[in-house]
Amino acid sequence: MTNDELIAKLKTIVQPYIQDEEAFKNLNEDTDFINDLKINSANLVDVILDVEDEFDIRIENDDMEKMISVKAAMEIVNEKLAAK
Amino acid sequence: MTSKDIINLLPYQEPFLFVDELNMISSEGVTGNYTFSKDAYFYKGHFKNNPITPGVILTECMAQIGLVCLGIYMLKDELSEGNPQIALTSSQVDFFLPVFPGEKVTVVSEKEVFRFNKLKCNVKLYNEKNELVCRGKISGMIQKG
Repeated sequence: MTNDELIAKLKTIVQPYIQDEEAFKNLNEDTDFINDLKINSANLVDVILDVEDEFDIRIENDDMEKMISVKAAMEIVNEKLAAK
Repeated sequence: MTSKDIINLLPYQEPFLFVDELNMISSEGVTGNYTFSKDAYFYKGHFKNNPITPGVILTECMAQIGLVCLGIYMLKDELSEGNPQIALTSSQVDFFLPVFPGEKVTVVSEKEVFRFNKLKCNVKLYNEKNELVCRGKISGMIQKG
């Protein structure tokens, strides 16, 4: 999967939970889930559960704490996919 | 942890406590009941001269029994003292029948997911005739205080 494909998938996953439409339109690797997209902590859990389903991976507590930006999510997903 | 212990840890009191007793609780779900007092404060206004339990109150009853009681049970090892911190984060409920003053309702909640302190449940509320009054999906965050 290319980076662009991965970003596109993440964009679809976060869409129902974002509160900042502008930041969502301009979503890129450097977008922060909390500060830019204004996703709250309850919805961040939904993002993680949806990422698990989409990529068929399991995200642990440590990863969850790190997963606060598009870049971090990409790293975690790639790492988990490589370990499969 | 007994159902009485759980109810004692609930961060609610009259007139906003909507749990009388828990009939069954496990890590997969909970069943409990509540009887709406005939002179509950909201019947004065909902509706004028026609008291019917508000849907938001039925939702609250479902959330208190189905989510908060279950959440406390799940965190039993961590909640040694003090009340848990809780927040309702989403609710989607469909309503089918009215509940009148004095009716006893039973809430049946099944855990869908409990991870990273977020609890999401499928919750149903029945009347005394065992008819489905309302059902929905309710989520909240819970952690030790």
